[in-house]
Amino acid sequence: MFYRENGQFKTSYKADQQAFAIPQDRWAIVAIVAFAFIGVPLLVDEYMFRAILVPFLILSLAALGVNILVGYCGQITLGAGASMAVGAYAAYNFMVRIDGMPALAAILLGGLMAALAGIVFGAPSLRVRGLYLAVATLAAQFFWDWAFLRIKWFTNDSSSGSVSVPDINLLGWTINSPTDKYLFCLGVLVVFSVMAKNLLRGNMGRQWMAIRDMDVAATVIGIRPMYAKLTAFAVSSFYLGVAGALWGFVNLGSWEPAAFSIDRSLQLLFMVIIGGMGAISGSFFGAAFIVILPIFLNQMLPLIGGLFGLEVSIALVSHVEFIIFGSLIVFFLIVEPHGIARLWSTGREKLRLWPFPH
Amino acid sequence: MSGRKFGEVILDLKNISLSFGGVKALQDISFNVLEHEVRAIIGPNGAGKSSMLNVINGVYRPQQGDIILRGEHHANMDSYGAAKAGLARTFQNIALCKGMSVLDNIMTGRNLKMKANMLQQAIWFGAAQREELEHRAKVEEIIDFLEIQHIRKTPVGRLPYGLQKRVDLARALAMEPQILLLDEPMAGMNVEEKQDMCRFILDVNDQFGTTVVLIEHDMGVVMDISDRVVVLDYGKKIGDGTPDEVRANPDVISAYLGASH
Amino acid sequence: MAFFLETLLGGLMSGMLYSLVALGFVLIFKASGVFNFAQGAMVLFAALAMARFSEWIPGWMGMENLFVANLLAFTVAVAIMFVVAWLIERLALRYLVNQEGATLLMATLGIAYVLDGIGQTIFGSDIYKIDVGMPKEPVMMLESVFDGGILINKEDFIAALIAALLVISLSIFFQKTATGRALRAVADDHQAAQSIGIPLDRIWVIVWCVAGITALVAGIIWGSKLGVQFSLSTIALRALPVVILGGLTSVPGAIIGGLIIGVGEKLSEVYLGPYVGGGIEIWFAYMLALVFLLFRPQGLFGEKIIDRV
Ligand SMILES: Nc1ncnc2c1ncn2[C@@H]1O[C@H](COP(=O)(O)OP(=O)(O)OP(=O)(O)O)[C@@H](O)[C@H]1O
Ligand SMILES: [Mg+2]
Repeated sequence: MFYRENGQFKTSYKADQQAFAIPQDRWAIVAIVAFAFIGVPLLVDEYMFRAILVPFLILSLAALGVNILVGYCGQITLGAGASMAVGAYAAYNFMVRIDGMPALAAILLGGLMAALAGIVFGAPSLRVRGLYLAVATLAAQFFWDWAFLRIKWFTNDSSSGSVSVPDINLLGWTINSPTDKYLFCLGVLVVFSVMAKNLLRGNMGRQWMAIRDMDVAATVIGIRPMYAKLTAFAVSSFYLGVAGALWGFVNLGSWEPAAFSIDRSLQLLFMVIIGGMGAISGSFFGAAFIVILPIFLNQMLPLIGGLFGLEVSIALVSHVEFIIFGSLIVFFLIVEPHGIARLWSTGREKLRLWPFPH
Repeated sequence: MSGRKFGEVILDLKNISLSFGGVKALQDISFNVLEHEVRAIIGPNGAGKSSMLNVINGVYRPQQGDIILRGEHHANMDSYGAAKAGLARTFQNIALCKGMSVLDNIMTGRNLKMKANMLQQAIWFGAAQREELEHRAKVEEIIDFLEIQHIRKTPVGRLPYGLQKRVDLARALAMEPQILLLDEPMAGMNVEEKQDMCRFILDVNDQFGTTVVLIEHDMGVVMDISDRVVVLDYGKKIGDGTPDEVRANPDVISAYLGASH
Repeated sequence: MAFFLETLLGGLMSGMLYSLVALGFVLIFKASGVFNFAQGAMVLFAALAMARFSEWIPGWMGMENLFVANLLAFTVAVAIMFVVAWLIERLALRYLVNQEGATLLMATLGIAYVLDGIGQTIFGSDIYKIDVGMPKEPVMMLESVFDGGILINKEDFIAALIAALLVISLSIFFQKTATGRALRAVADDHQAAQSIGIPLDRIWVIVWCVAGITALVAGIIWGSKLGVQFSLSTIALRALPVVILGGLTSVPGAIIGGLIIGVGEKLSEVYLGPYVGGGIEIWFAYMLALVFLLFRPQGLFGEKIIDRV
């Protein structure tokens, strides 16, 4: 059967309003998720989980948060790393200061704290735009960097400045093997992605996009910029906060503020640009790309260098990584501002017409 | 049109003055709008017409003057308040979300009427979905009314200019406004499209009793569909009255001849 | 009192350097509407070139004279920055004109990454010295006014002087020369400038070249003080609040903003720092700029804009 919607008539608005209106798409998504839950754990080794899949899942969640703000609401942020930090440290404090605090609750509360902080530091967006806003978010980044480094209370007076948490226990399920970690993060990501999709296809998403595309004119149709922008900051920071807490609790186990530095913020922004602004799937593409590229280069460059009898140092690999990221960002901004996600959907469009173009 | 009954004064503008730095966009302008009428604002380029609409729905704050909406004074109208008070508008430079479908753009116009909170929306099933369907039905009525069924799923950016203008109008109508402000709804259209647009505007005015304030350059159209006309020139009001009165006004004639129209 | 003055002067001097970097931002922004996040990467790139060539050239030419080596290295570094400017315009900027501010900002972030990567690939990624013979010893000043006088770092003083000189000569360049006038015309209105026959792309290359030179000077000053290393590229981040404070389009704004931030940073670190654990100078500047933004979104000298609909 061909991939297309011709001949599939929707008989109600309800059918028409589903998250994925084309049944093939719906089934594809279900199949992918099922495969991720059942197939992947059977096929993949520990290294894959630890080095690629778990970071990929958590960064996808974070990129989704950035995408909501940058891609859908059009507000730039260079402080995404700070939101992750707030989430991680807040969750840590809930964990160590409240006896019997379930880890999952601590993670969600961490997200909430990040949302609050996001609202405070997003407030300037009501007055300023574009790069001025970028500066405001940088202020958040540097402030929190400093706070978690210097204010000992946040790190529970740990002498080294680094904090650590025990394995998460979820209703008796101790999450410590790479497979457990993968499944847990996957579960969180799926739930959060579905919620993001719901928000974005509904009234909230339309308000955000109106702010992005029409700005001043949006108020004229009864959208309050304050409400729309601050909710975008809140939701985005919530996602980032949860991602940050997962990054600390699940991926790292113990961490220092440097885990959430400005470099992380830029990395997240790049994921969204490369993956695709204003597309949920873009967040996944971007995260996958950013996680896989360094590993790929690490493997390939020495091999290629070897062919020409050159020795490739680790430093060189990281510089090449810089160059590739940088060029790709410029490339995508110039050629395809909607990133890999758009390339993908254009490809699919072609498939929809195949084999009879027009 | 003469047989139609107008209501009370619904919108009264008193001594409005607005300037940007040194540019005096509006100088001491007063006029009123009656309920159910089609009120046109005309004038040469840069006369201050768009600025006038922007003052009415609170995008610009006039330095002086008073806006009286249904008897209430709004020295400081803000655009959100204006939207809540039943003012909707379209834009001279279309302000639609280019990447969203026609349907979603029009749905945006319903946002003031949608009540589901964020959590309900994130969960979708239940309140949010019910609400979405309810408003979808209303939006479909408007889509039928403006005859744009065939493009409801098309991203607005891919539509020709004339259709985009229609979508802009559809979104304004989705707000179910009492007063509709239209900024050059027919600019850049061919004769046929203009006729359609005129028909829609008059139908809205007739069927829903919506008061219409519109800016238009095409004098033929203005004379055809408006009940009363305000003429602006260089930020000053130089004429006000029925189309025939305005047409006979020597100041208006000279302003238009001077501006080589 | 003497201590306060010392702090104040120290702040003014480091502020002058911020002004220099900020000037680089303002020039590019005025001429092309691009907020150049890569300014810091340019500082690093230029400083790396300077440091490495002043090290390599004596070896290649078999001579010892430090001054000649520095002069040659400086010339080469200027040439390199011109090439960089030209490439940036050629490969990226010209395709991005008329894009939104945020898009351009992200593009320059990308450029910054590329520059960082290429710079370190070519020139290496260790810490390098720049020795242009800056005096290191401190001097006493105003001994007659204060008991014990106040201690001034000679190096800072000379650095501030150089920065001030550069700022002044650039201002003269913009006010008096034909190119400067063309630049200002472009800054006021791209389309209008183009329609009277000013070639936009050439102007942009020139602006980026000038920004490259300010980057080089800033890189030399900072590099000779702290050594040339990767952290130099974060200088742009330090100078960012300056531009916000001064308004993106104002040259005097960049200078005064730089001084305010320089002084604010030092004073806050000295008088406020001890109570909150120190290290606050980075975010203090940002907070200052942020608070300021909330009350005057257009900056000290920027013009207020009412959005059109
Ligand atoms: N936001 C603004 N900032 C500065 N000046 C403005 C602004 N909006 C309008 N103006 C100025 O006010 C004057 C009136 O402009 P306005 O847009 O109201 O004219 P108009 O009658 O709608 O003209 P047109 O027929 O071209 O649409 C013009 O001189 C314009 O430049
Ligand atoms: Mg107008």
